[in-house]
Order: sequence, then structure tokens, then C-alpha cells
Amino acid sequence: MKKEQTPQQPHEMYEGGSKVVYTVNADGKYELSSTTGWEPETIVLSQALEEIDRLSQQALLKVQQGISSPLEYHMYAQRMDLQMLAAAVGKFQWQVKRHFKPTRFVKLSQQQVENYASVLGIDTNQLVTIPND
Amino acid sequence: MTKEFIHTPSAHCETGTVSNLLRSYGLEISEPMIFGLGSGMTFAYLKHIKINGLPLIAYRMPPKMIIKLLSWRISGLKFKYETFRNEDKGKLALDSMLAQDKAVGLQTSVFFLPYFPQAMRFHFNAHNLVAYAKEGDEYKLSDPVFPELVTTKEDDLQRARFSKGALAPKGLMYYPSEVPDSIDYDLVIPKAIRFTGKMNGRWNPVPIAGVHGMRLLAKNISKLEKADQHYAQLFMGHIVRMQEEIGTGGAGFRFIYAAFLQESASLLDSPFLHERSSELTNIGDEWRDFAVLCARLSKKRKGQNYSDAAKQLYKIADMELDFYQRLSKFKR
Repeated sequence: MKKEQTPQQPHEMYEGGSKVVYTVNADGKYELSSTTGWEPETIVLSQALEEIDRLSQQALLKVQQGISSPLEYHMYAQRMDLQMLAAAVGKFQWQVKRHFKPTRFVKLSQQQVENYASVLGIDTNQLVTIPND
Repeated sequence: MTKEFIHTPSAHCETGTVSNLLRSYGLEISEPMIFGLGSGMTFAYLKHIKINGLPLIAYRMPPKMIIKLLSWRISGLKFKYETFRNEDKGKLALDSMLAQDKAVGLQTSVFFLPYFPQAMRFHFNAHNLVAYAKEGDEYKLSDPVFPELVTTKEDDLQRARFSKGALAPKGLMYYPSEVPDSIDYDLVIPKAIRFTGKMNGRWNPVPIAGVHGMRLLAKNISKLEKADQHYAQLFMGHIVRMQEEIGTGGAGFRFIYAAFLQESASLLDSPFLHERSSELTNIGDEWRDFAVLCARLSKKRKGQNYSDAAKQLYKIADMELDFYQRLSKFKR
């Protein structure tokens, strides 16, 4: 990539940030240039965020209908999935999945709730409730 | 009492961290040089390791591998690694290093670092950065992918260092315990270059890595036409994210390696390496075209034509095979 071809297509997702890439200058030498963003990257990053949003909205609906526990919603909202959450709390996936049952979820010990909350990066009160809009 | 830390922004977090760290310990070495001597460039398509339900596609060696290869190749360079089972001990160890004015490298999770833009904070556990000072309850950090130095609160860094899950950092802290005065480039560069050539080229026995991995991925892309379209689009987006987002230097690390080849060419005075560097620059541009194709496919709502993207990847694989074969025969 030539230095003058360095993409400068900022997007609000980057919050005005920039990063550096290696480019070739006019003398054919490699040097660092700053880039504020590139459209293909922006497209795929927003796609990934939309997918997370879709999954958490789906889970939220299930929680409101009483088929699932707030844990499932917060898992997606905090950008995790079942595999990652299970690995993070050191459980099997089927064990975590059991806690998606509302009846099972309310019986969780304080310690287990704290464990889930800490790997998700939220506090325990947040974990047992869902946002009401 | 805080000494100034010389922060050079870098294209990739791991090599940038090591480069900034070694500079602060008095060894002048650039980021591409570390990437090259650590034989960082590769390709791997790991179908069965999933990230958010999508296969892992790597354009470089696994985390920590680059540092290990580096300290193995360069005589007189040794790193000390420390992980902690007890989180408080991890913090004390870090604080005592900083009190002695010694900078250290840390492995952290991006999700818990508040200075990252919200949109970029995913659960990626292998982000590297340098901590160089502490003031009150704030750590001063040199995060290689940021243009400026940053600070973060004690609690946030603590959470980032002890995040759980795949590749959990366990508070990993590392610093060079022995640093050589200079590096014998004549000896190490040809070795590192041949290694990269052999690892990725024809002699690689593993069907998922190197050029074979690219062809496997291309084959899977052409099969996507029959797959669930929602999944297929996520898959295409995922490829671009692995290739272009934070810390790739553009084109999945190809430009960093090209910069390494160029630097080596001037150090060893080798026209052969100059040619290889511009050859790899062309390959990198092809990767960027591939990213444009993939991003377009990930967005389009109907009439997808995945064979274009697959064809482009086959083309890149052929180009890289020639390139690696030439590298593997490199002699000083």
C-alpha cells in the first residue's frame, strides 16, 4: 500500500481514534502512517455489533416471556456466547445452560451470582435484573 | 520521579510491546524486526476452534510464540515470565517492578480497558501493553496500538489482567532479564527468513496452516453459496475482522513482514530481500482487495457470488507459495 493511499474514512464507532499501518512512501521505503479508518473494516465491525444486538434482543424477549433467565440476556449484551461464558466461569456448557432456566437461576448461590457478574464485568444487582424500557 | 517513557505507536500489540519494552531496556530494535525475527507471519484456518460460533482464522503465530522464538534466536536475550494465582500478589509484583522504575509487559483483556472505544471492546484476552509507572491509583501505560500514552485506574487494569476464559492471561507479566548489547543480524536474519518460508510453503505438512490453510479456506468460501445466508455473511465479515482489525498493520500482517524484509535488505545489503519485500507488498495489496470483496459480500442482501472471493484467495495462495519457496532457499 502506498502512503498516499492510506485510507482516511473515520466512523463514529472509533470515537475519533486512529491507528498506524505500514505503508510505502514515495522513495519506496516502508514507514508508519496514521489511518482514521477504512470502509470494509467499518462495515464488518458494525455487522458484528449488530449481530450481538440481535442476539441480546432475542434473549431479552425470552426473558420477558419467562422462558429464560437474565443470565442469557447479559451474556449476549456483554458480548459473550455460551462457549466463552462457560470457559470463563470454569463450567461445562450444559451447566451454564441449566442456569438459563428461570427457576434454576433464582436458586443460584450468592457466590455463583458473583462469579457470573465478575466475568461479565457487571455488578450482581444488574445481573439478576433486565433493563426495562 | 516518573521517568519519561519513549512510546512508539505500532501496528501490532505484541511486537509493539516487545519493541517498546526492549528499547526502554536499552536495546534498539524496531517492531518489524521483532515480527520478522520471531517468524510471526503465517496463516492458519482452525475450523474447530470457534470464536462467537465462527472458526478461528489467524494471520500470525499464536500469542507469546513470537517472544519465545525471539529469545531463542537472539543469543543473550532472555525474558522472565510471571503468572499469578493470587490476584493481590499479581498487583504487588507489578507495583514493586514499577517502584524500581522498570517497565514490564502485561497480557490483558481488551474488554476491561476503558480507554478503548466502546465498539472495539471485545473479550479478547491476549492484548499486550507496557506498564511503566504508577501514580496514586492510576497506572501509566504504553499501549502500542494507541498513538499516545494512556492511563487507567488500578481496578480496571486488575480486572483486565485477571480476566477469565480462553487464553486467560492469569496476570501474565514479562520483562527481559538479560539484554544483549547488539544482535548478530548476519546470523539470525537468514535463519528466521528460511523458517518462515518453510513453515508456510510447500514443506509444511499441516493441511490447515500456511498456503494449504488458505486453499482450505478458499474451498470453504466457495461452499458458502449453499449455506445459511445469515451465517455466510457473518463468516465473510469475520474473515475481514481477523485480517484487518486492531494490530495487523494492514493486510493481515503482510505489510509488517514486508517492512522487516526491507530493513533486513539494508542491514545485509541484499538486493534479493529488496525484491522479496516489494513482492510481499504486492501480495498485501491483493489481501486488501480480498478484504474489500469479503466486506461487500457480508453486506449484500441477495445475489451473492462467493466464487469471486474464493478465486481471489486461490490467487493469493499461489502468489504466496512462490514467495515462500523463494524465502526458504535464502542464503546469505
